[in-house]
This record gives sequence, structure tokens and C-alpha cells, in this order.
Amino acid sequence: MRAFTTVTATVAPLDRPNVDTDAIIPKQYLKSIKRTGFGQYLFDDWRYLDQGDLDIPVASRRPNPEFVLNQDAYRGAQVLVSRENFGCGSSREHAVWALEDYGFRAVIAPSYADIFFNNSFKNGFLPIILKADEVQKIFEVVAKDAASEVTVDLPAQQVKLPSGEVFNFEIDEFRKDCLVRGLDEIGLTLQNADSIRAYEAQRKASAPWLFN
Amino acid sequence: MNAKTLYDKLWDAHIVRDNGDGSALIYIDRHLVHEVTSPQAFDGLRINNRKPWRIDANLAVADHNVPTTDRSQGIADPISRTQVDALDSNCAEFGITEFRMNDLRQGIVHVIGPEQGATLPGMTVVCGDSHTSTHGAFGALAFGIGTSEVEHALATQTLVLKKSKNMRITVRGNVGPGITAKDIVLAIIGEIGTAGGTGYTVEFAGEAIAALSMEGRMTVCNMAIEGGARAGIVAVDQTTIDYVQGRPFSPTGENLDKAIAWWKTLHTDAGAKFDREVVIEASGIQPQVTWGTSPEMVLPIDARVPDPSKEGDAVKRSGMEKALAYMGLTANTPIEQIKIDKVFIGSCTNSRIEDLRAAASVVKGKKRAANVTLALVVPGSGLVKRQAEAEGLDKIFLDAGFEWREPGCSMCLAMNADRLEPGERCASTSNRNFEGRQGSGGRTHLVSPAMAAAAGVAGHFVDIRSFQ
Ligand code: SF4
Repeated sequence: MRAFTTVTATVAPLDRPNVDTDAIIPKQYLKSIKRTGFGQYLFDDWRYLDQGDLDIPVASRRPNPEFVLNQDAYRGAQVLVSRENFGCGSSREHAVWALEDYGFRAVIAPSYADIFFNNSFKNGFLPIILKADEVQKIFEVVAKDAASEVTVDLPAQQVKLPSGEVFNFEIDEFRKDCLVRGLDEIGLTLQNADSIRAYEAQRKASAPWLFN
Repeated sequence: MNAKTLYDKLWDAHIVRDNGDGSALIYIDRHLVHEVTSPQAFDGLRINNRKPWRIDANLAVADHNVPTTDRSQGIADPISRTQVDALDSNCAEFGITEFRMNDLRQGIVHVIGPEQGATLPGMTVVCGDSHTSTHGAFGALAFGIGTSEVEHALATQTLVLKKSKNMRITVRGNVGPGITAKDIVLAIIGEIGTAGGTGYTVEFAGEAIAALSMEGRMTVCNMAIEGGARAGIVAVDQTTIDYVQGRPFSPTGENLDKAIAWWKTLHTDAGAKFDREVVIEASGIQPQVTWGTSPEMVLPIDARVPDPSKEGDAVKRSGMEKALAYMGLTANTPIEQIKIDKVFIGSCTNSRIEDLRAAASVVKGKKRAANVTLALVVPGSGLVKRQAEAEGLDKIFLDAGFEWREPGCSMCLAMNADRLEPGERCASTSNRNFEGRQGSGGRTHLVSPAMAAAAGVAGHFVDIRSFQ
């Protein structure tokens, strides 16, 4: 997994609550059996005026000029800012893969759906929770000047605005450690193989019907 | 001993290792696998030279991409076919039991688990699908996971989890005639909001929940995720114990006695503390219809489409305006006057035999309305389909001009050929009314099976309680 420490970048504003995973990556793209290449379909229904599919080249499609990611000012943005309950809906990790593949490293919102939040950490993508008024502040900064860069400093657990203003955020220690060091969680868990075997042995004795 | 909630009991029973920081390594008893969220996980195993930890804990089925029409020629769409083929070959390679497309037991993953007895009380059940919450109806800790966690569960039979908070939603008293599990859960989501359960495991309790059949409880738990809760659970009672016996994966003989003794302890202890309690009066619940693009945008059938200009909160107001624009609805229109183009009866929320019976009893002897171009009935599994046919339900639907299909997810998310065209409006028994969910530009109204069937006959929404 790609490690995450500090990112300084421009911010793309997505001003809606409940941005769901169907909106982040529509279902036709879930047919891919690969883990990469989803960035071009990120927010597909909003981003293009015509309907896309895995076998339709994106270059042949009509971008929606109104959509934020199609505006020049936001092209290089690596941080997304949005409203409550970001990532609600399905468990599709493709949503995180699409954000990450597009070039986003982090999202800032007041709250997230649990599964999306969880999936993010497995992919070196950082979902930051800030208070609603702090999120509002970031929207205002970006609205005033799209070229404003924010710095996300994971080790310090801070988001720094160009004005020098600093917002602190909370993050679980284990998750932070995995992200900062880019650790493989399965490898870590397998270090506990003996505990898993011991648990299984005890469970097999008490609830044998759970094993075939 | 401390009084524990049901969730606390399930959590404690599955701790392999407590990390001491609120997280733990949790053992997974059952892992259900489907074609959409697993291919990259199997790839991950191969790349890292890993094997599944415990093959018999896994059960696989293809459901999202399968056609609901004649399957004898396989899947026409090459991209869908590739994904289903990938599941077949991954299961074959790793030795995982799979119900293939033409197996009678094939169906929606959340229908077949319980049907087979592969979901049992007291289990931890995971699947790369958010509606895994369905299985919580059995007093199991069941929740959806992403693909990285699918790989983790395959490789280690565990997940690293943070314990969630406890919430109890009590539906007090009894619902009125014509009110179903779907109306109960939509009313709950209307009350708590789509993020109301975020961070919680929600236990559904109260007389109205206890009175539900297992299928009804599955409908309620299925939509826990639409209320933000990764897991919803219902305590084990005699209804649960009666349901799980005699199924292919269920215990028998001495094991069954042992199991029942344990299952009977799977309820919240008197005096256990919840972090949040919500109480809803069952008698106040009416047939529900969603009007917007989020399941919390829901109203009773006798209401009118809401008026954003009356909403004080700016973020909410703009959300409402966007939803109404997308849905092509005008504020203050009576819900009963909303005309529909299509009907979808199916999905892991409402595709079980009782759902099909409820819908069939509404359409019996009637005809699909002229303005309704398609009314699809998609059973949740091959076994549900066979049962329905044995009861003659297929005939009732066909006579009424409804279509009778092969099992799968179908128009719940339109990954196969069943979908809405842009602008089309659908009365759907599924669980998500997000933009584009049932087809790009499609408009979804979530309702119960009886309400969907009645809308198909009337051509617009009607109150099932007065529908003749
Ligand atoms: S029926 Fe719908 S919600 Fe259920 S598993 Fe299939 S796609 Fe998901």
C-alpha cells in the first residue's frame, strides 16, 4: 500500500451531502475485474453528459462543463471537500479505487459512511473528518480562490489552510500507523496465526456445527 | 456479570485478540462471496502467494450480473460474462463451494445464505456487499465489507474491526393492517436519517419486530445499512429457531440441541445499556413511498411531495431541490398522483416467497395498467422461484401482464440487462433510490411488494389499505 504522510495540493469542492457510491462510480464499471483504471469514470453520471461503459472510450464522450472536475481551476486537485455522510451506499471499494486512481489522496467531510471510511484506509487514501464549520471554511477558501492549496499533514493530524489557519483531526492510531508506513494489513494479521488457530480449536469444541 | 447487549455478546464470542484500543481481531464464521467484489481479492491472494484460511467457511454465488431471462445460452454481455467466469474459475481454483448460474440453489447472495442454513444465529457473517446486514435477522453479527477485507477474510478468517456503539430501535406495539416490514424500516429511516445509524450496530426490538416472520426481519435488517448502520440485528426467539432447522447447512442431532441451547442466550440482557435508544410507535406507521434520491426522503402514501421553500436549512434545501429536479417531481403533488412507468418486484430486500405471495394476492385477477410498460417479478433464488411456481404465483403474475424471471439482483442495480431508461419512473421493492441506481437517469420510488404490485395495476401509487 502506498504510504501517506503529507500532501499539499489544491482542493476540488463537491458541495452536496450524501454523495453515494453509485455516484462516485456507477455500477457498469464494477464489471471490471481489475483494481485500476477507474479514475476516468469517477463521478461518471455527473462528469459526462452521455452515458459511458467499460467498452466506450472516454475520449469519445461529452464532458459536462458544469461539473467541478471539468473546470480548469480544479484539474490538479488532490484533495476533495464534501458534505455529510460521504460515501454512503454500497460496499464497493471501487469507489475508493476511483478516487485514488483519479489522483485524489484525501477527502475532507464532516462525516462518512462506515464501509467507505474503512475501505479508504486499505488503499492509502485518507478520509478526514472535520467539523461542519471547518468544512464550510474550506469551501469558502476554495470558492474565493481555486488555486488555494491546503496541506494535509497526517503525522501531525492537521489540515493547514493558506491563511495559516490549522484544523486538527482525529484518527485511530493503528490506522494512522498503517497509512504512514504503508503497511499490508493481511501480513500483520498473519503474525497472529497462532491465536487464530487457538481460537478455532476452542470454537470447534464448543460449536462444532460451525465447521464442516 | 455485567448485563450485555446482543451485539456485545456476539462481539465477545468472536474475539481472537483484543488490541486494547477498542479494536480487535474478530473471527469470521461465514464468508459469502459474489462476483462483483471478489475478483480483485482473489488476485491479491495469488499475487501474495496466499491460500484461503478455511475453505468450508466460504460460500459463493453469482447474482449481480446474471441475466434474468433464458440462461441456456449463457450470458450475452461479454463483460458480465467475464466477471461471472472469473468467479467460477476462482472458486474452482481455491476449492470454494459455489452455486453456479444454472444451479437451482443459485440466487441473490443474501437470499441463499439463510435459505441454505449457511447463515445461523450467533455467527459472524461477512460479504463484499453492504446488504449483508440482512443476515442480522438471525441474531448473527453480519455486515458488508470492501474488497480488501474480502481478501483479508479469505486469507486469515478474521477481520481487524473497531467495535461500534450500541443502538436499539424499538418499534412499540403492533402495526395496522396492510403494513409490512418494508414500511416499518422505511419509516425508521425516515425518522433517523440515512446517517442516523452510522457508527452503530442497531438492534431492532419491540412487539412489532418480534411479530415479524424471519423474512420480514430480513427485510428490516437488510435496510439497516440505508440508515447508516453497518449491521442490524434481531434477538433470537422461537421464530428464529423454527426457521433455521432442517436446512442443508444447519446442525442436526446432538449438535442441534447444543446449538439451540446457545442460540437461546442470544438476546440483550435486561438492564443492558445502549448508547442510543429510539422508540417508534408501530400504530403510526403507514404505507411508505420514497419521493427523492435517498432512502430517508420518504413519506406516507397520503402525503404530498415536500416543498423545499419551506425548509430552513440551506444544505438540506439544496439537497431537496436537486432530488426533486432529478426525480421530475413538483412540490406539493399528492404522492398518490405520481404515475409510474415500470414496476420491479425483487432484490434482497423483497424477493422471498412471502413477498411474492403478497404481491400476487394484490394483482390476482387484475391487469397491469396501460401506462406501465414493464412489471418485472424476479424471485430471490431458484428455490423461491420453484416454490412460487408450485403455488401458482407465476400464473397470477403472467395473467396480470407481469413478467416472471430467473433469480438475481436484476433491476435493483441494473448491472444486467434489466434497467430503467432515462426519465423512467419505477415503483421498486429494492432498497436504494440513488440517482442512476436502476439505470442512468432512472427514477426510483421504494415501496413494499404489495404497494409496488398495486401501483402496477393502478398505474400510479395507491394506498394498499383501500386498494380493491
Ligand atoms: S439485490 Fe440489490 S442490494 Fe441486494 S445484493 Fe443484489 S444488487 Fe445488492
